[in-house]
This record gives sequence, C-alpha cells and structure tokens, in this order.
Amino acid sequence: MEPKGPNRLEHGILGPMSDTEVPLLSTFALEDILMKRKGLKRRLSARPHLRPVRIAILGGATTNEVADLLELYLIESGFLPTLHQAEYGRFYVDAVHSPEALIAFAPDIVYLHTSVRDIQAFPPINATEADLTQYLEAELQRYRQIWTSLGEKLNCTIIQNNFEPPVEAVLGNLDASLPGGHTRFVNELNRAFATSATNKLLINDVASIAARVGLDRWFDAERWFSYKLHTTPEGSNALALSLAAIVRGIYGKTRKVLVLDLDNTVWGGVIGDDGVDKIAIGRETPLAEAYTAFQEYCLSLRNRGILLAVCSKNNEEIARQGFEHPDSVLKLEHISCFKANWDPKHQNIEAIARELNLGADSFVFVDDNPAERAIVEAQVAGIAVPNIGNEVSHYARIIEAGRYFEQTSFSKEDIERAALYQENSQRAAFESKFADYGEYLDSLEMTAEIARFKPLYLDRITQLTNKTNQFNLTTRRYAQHEIEAAAINPDAIGIYGKLTDRFGDNGLISIVLGQKQGTELDIELWLMSCRVLKRDMEQAMLDELVRHAQAIGITALRGTYIPTKKNGMVADHYDKLGFNPVSETEDGVKTYLFDLHEYAPRNTHIRLLDATEL
Amino acid sequence: MDSSAILSELQDIFRDVLDQPDLVLTPKSNASTVEDWDSLAHINLVTAVEKRYKIKFALGELQDLKNVGDMADLIQTKLA
Repeated sequence: MEPKGPNRLEHGILGPMSDTEVPLLSTFALEDILMKRKGLKRRLSARPHLRPVRIAILGGATTNEVADLLELYLIESGFLPTLHQAEYGRFYVDAVHSPEALIAFAPDIVYLHTSVRDIQAFPPINATEADLTQYLEAELQRYRQIWTSLGEKLNCTIIQNNFEPPVEAVLGNLDASLPGGHTRFVNELNRAFATSATNKLLINDVASIAARVGLDRWFDAERWFSYKLHTTPEGSNALALSLAAIVRGIYGKTRKVLVLDLDNTVWGGVIGDDGVDKIAIGRETPLAEAYTAFQEYCLSLRNRGILLAVCSKNNEEIARQGFEHPDSVLKLEHISCFKANWDPKHQNIEAIARELNLGADSFVFVDDNPAERAIVEAQVAGIAVPNIGNEVSHYARIIEAGRYFEQTSFSKEDIERAALYQENSQRAAFESKFADYGEYLDSLEMTAEIARFKPLYLDRITQLTNKTNQFNLTTRRYAQHEIEAAAINPDAIGIYGKLTDRFGDNGLISIVLGQKQGTELDIELWLMSCRVLKRDMEQAMLDELVRHAQAIGITALRGTYIPTKKNGMVADHYDKLGFNPVSETEDGVKTYLFDLHEYAPRNTHIRLLDATEL
Repeated sequence: MDSSAILSELQDIFRDVLDQPDLVLTPKSNASTVEDWDSLAHINLVTAVEKRYKIKFALGELQDLKNVGDMADLIQTKLA
C-alpha cells in the first residue's frame, strides 16, 4: 500500500529541497506530480529568468488536466506560461464566430485540444468512396475555418491535435479499409492534417502518442462520462510532455548535442580491460545486436543534425579503437568532439561545450553509470541527463521519451549542421553545484568493505586478476590455487575491497596482494576496476593494507609498476600516494619504497564497515 | 485499514492537491466546507485517491457521498 513516490519527493536525490531547488520532474512518479502539482508549481516558478509565453487552449473536452501538467513542464523548461482555457466544447465557436476573448488574451500559441470524440459526422457504415470524400471534406472544412480564422485574427502559432484511433472498431479489421469505417475515416483525416501542416500550424501527433501509451490506457470511459476528460492521467501526461516539447521547439530550446559514454553505453564491455576484439558490438549475440541497434539510433540522430560527442573515462588511444571495430556503426568521423581521459566528466563536458561553442544546456548526456550521471547532472547547469538505466535495449526508448530534439521544421541546414561545427573559442567557466570534489564524494555516501581474502570471494578475486588491465600495477595473472594459497599464507597479505554507494553495490572492485620479506611488504599486485576511479578507494585500500602490515611487524611497503600497453593510467599511482621512487629499469619498471613509521590514515570520504558488520 | 486511518491519509492527499498544508478534514467535511474544492479540484482529488489506493470508483458511486467520511468508508469497502 505504501506509495513509492513521496519519500523521493521530500528528499530529492541531493537531499531535502529548498524552495527554488526542485528535482527534475522526470524523476517523479506521475501520481506524485498529480498530487503535489500546486506545490511543485510554486517552487518551480520561483526560479529566475523564466520566459513568458501565452497559450490559449481550446478544447472539445475538459482541458484542465492537460493544461495543469503542461504548465508544470513548461515552467521546468524555463517558461513562465500564462494559460487561457476556453469553455468546454466551444473550440469551433470561439475560434471562428466569437473570438473576442481570444483576441483580448493575445496568445502566442493556440492549442486545439481535440480528439476523435470531436468528429461531428462519421460516414454511414454503407458509405461509398464518394461519400467518404464528402464527409472528409465537411469535417476538414471546420478545422480549416478554425485555422484560417485564428491566422487572420491572431499572430500566433497553432498546435493542432490529430486523432487517436476510435476506441471501438465496429467493423473489426474492415474498419480500417471500408469507406464507412471509423478507423479509416480517422486515418484519412490525419493524412489531410499532415498535408496541411506549416511552420505556423504544427500537428501534435496524438495518433502516435496514444499508440505508445496504448489505447486501452489512453481512454477511460468513467472519466469521459463523469468529467468529459478524454484521456487517462497517463494520456494527459503524455500529451503535456509532447506539447511542452513542441513549445520548446517553437522557441528554439531544442537540444543539439548527444554526449556519449563508451563502455557499456555504445558497446558492451570495458574496452581497456577486455580489448577491442572482445567488446559486444555487431550481430553475433543478442547483446551485440542491441548495442548495434543503439549505435544506429545515435547515427540516425546525427543524420538529422544532432551532434555526437564522446565523454569517456578511458585511454584515448584504446577508446578510439572501438570505433575502428569493423562492426561499429559509429565511426570516428561521426564524432564532433572526442574526450577520452581520466578527468572528471563534468570537466570534459565543459571542454566539449567550449570546443563546439555551444552551451552545455543544449546537451543530452548518456551514461550507463548512475554515479557519473549524478555528478554531471549536479555540476553542469541545464544539461539533460536521462536515467537510461543499464539495459542497452532500452536506451533509445528512454532518450526518445525525453523529447529533447523536437523541432518545428526541418531544413537542409539541419542535415548539414553536424559538419558545420569547428573547434571554437573559450567559454565562461561552469557554475558548480558542489563546492569541491570532496563534497561530491561525500554526497555519494560510500561504504566499503575491505578485508583479508576469504573463501567466498576467491573465484571473483582470481577472475579480476585475470581480466583487469588498466588499473593494474603489475598485471600479474593468478590461478585459483595461487590465490587460495595466498589466502592462507601467514606471510602474505591479500585484501579485497567492495564498494557500495547510494546508487547501489559496485561489488568487489579492488585487490591488493603483498608478500612479507623481512620487515618489508612487497606489493606484487594492486588492481582496481575503473568503474570506481577517483572515489578515493585507493586511499582506503592503502589505509587497510598498512593496518594489516603493521600488525605483523612490517615497517615499509615496496611498490612496483610494470608498464604495459594498457596500464598507463597508473604509471604515477605510487607517486601520487607518496611512495619514494627507488629505481627504474630500461623497460620502465619502477620500484618504490614507503616508510610506515609515521603513517596516518588518509581516507575521509568512505565509511568502512567494521569487523562486526562483515 | 480502518476508516479513521483512511480519513487521515485523505487529509494528506487533500493538503497536497489543494496546496493547503494546514487543512483539517473531519468526517463531515464536504465540498462546501473545504476551500477551493470546486469541480475541477474534485477531478484532481478523485484521481489522486484512485492512484493512491489503486482503486477505481464506478460511475455514479461518488454522487451519493455526502462527505469525506462517506468517501473513507467507500474506500475501505473497496480495499476489503
């Protein structure tokens, strides 16, 4: 019985909300939006720099629910809407015969909230093709009169609903083909509406919107008979989202850039660890097919003028190889700006905005990692960060649902746009929501379990030693029995780290293994999953390693870095931790020493589970 | 859930929908005693109640209700 929503409302993703700080409406359940609409509106309206827009809504049915939701979505999109709702059922009269109230209101936009229930006369069931044409003409005539009248009397853009299919198809499948079928009539009307569309007469494609929601979930007979509402709350919400997107399109608030993460976003797997041959892309497996389909979706956006950019935590050279994969639909030439490095993503997005000379508030950021999504959303003002989850088969649908790229017309320039952008000049620094990186780390509410190897995890530990290539100081591979031996060897210290944050459990993601040699501990293995990079997990692991080492009388740590093609990112790992370099061979193998005498624990952002919690 | 527990939840719903944080409902409350409870707010209230309890009111079911207490009783019947 307990509803899912309200808690999230009171404590949005970044804690309790202030009056001006409202979490994104897309993170709310519809029932919460409906229930808390007035309060949400009050909070959203308090934000600065809203753009006034006047919208008249003429309805064949009750318009309030759609109007209320539209108002909310428009405010969230940066508008300050003033709405005028005409009397129920009088859309034709108000537009054509008594437009005084409309003229006085002087709308920028007139929205005709009509539905299949406003069709005045369907052809009789035994109609001929000629009859059908006449009935169509009669029905269209009403709408043409409305459009003409509004065009003459007002300087406004018209948004006209087309028609959802009728709820009942009396003739069954024949309803869509016989001249007397209602479904056929609706389809013909929609075709005529389509050919009437101009940049001043925009068609709201209710036929498709209703199909996506599902006709049985679109119409609710009780609501129709009781309140003359021709949509369910879900239907009203879908209409409002679409209308808000059209209004954004009218005022050029359309997004222009899709910023893509790479690993597990545009291909399956981690290219730095798995290698370009092992990433999931192509047609070989269902998963590979799904990534291919998502790449095709991204490419189709590019083909309609949306720029693609890459923002990935990766070695750039390795990351680029992914696009040279023979099955990769996306090629490097499709990417207008490519950032693959180990810097925080919001900094890279800032750099992308500078290079493309576009505001990051025209960006949509796509990443499977919820922690990355959160920091980008919090740090980059105005960027859209859809919660795409981590199932590639749903990414495109979720992005589509955001209606980020709505345009009211489409030109040759749009198609060529992707080629037009060149590197460009500096842009003002971004405002940051977190005072510093430490505050961000604290906001993640991280908890780590760091402990000596235990039987339960030996499989996973062995597996990690064999597949981790990037954050891996020595890239030594181990067989299961070697790990088992290390786990019970009193002269070996093997510790694993597991990390959870407020987005969930990252699992076992780090391993350090050292061998006691006199009073030194030789660290023969130190690895970590790149998923938790820059979380200070290294500090927490070092703290625990030192604690265990000191317990068996060790006074210094010896670290080794063995360079490979893939582990360049940890070349200065020991330098950063404060180890002193001792030697370097011709092959670039570096050794370090670290005196433990005055060691003070370093980790301050990760809470460690204590022994009783393990 | 008994009728008085439902009434207290209805009070929360009404407070949210009507944006009246101090609103107090009694079983005798009705559209004429609650400020802003007009026909449009009524649709919003019914929608919120239906969503909250995952129930549907049948046609005509709401017409006979005299006050919020009756509504709580009806909800209780539907949940049983």
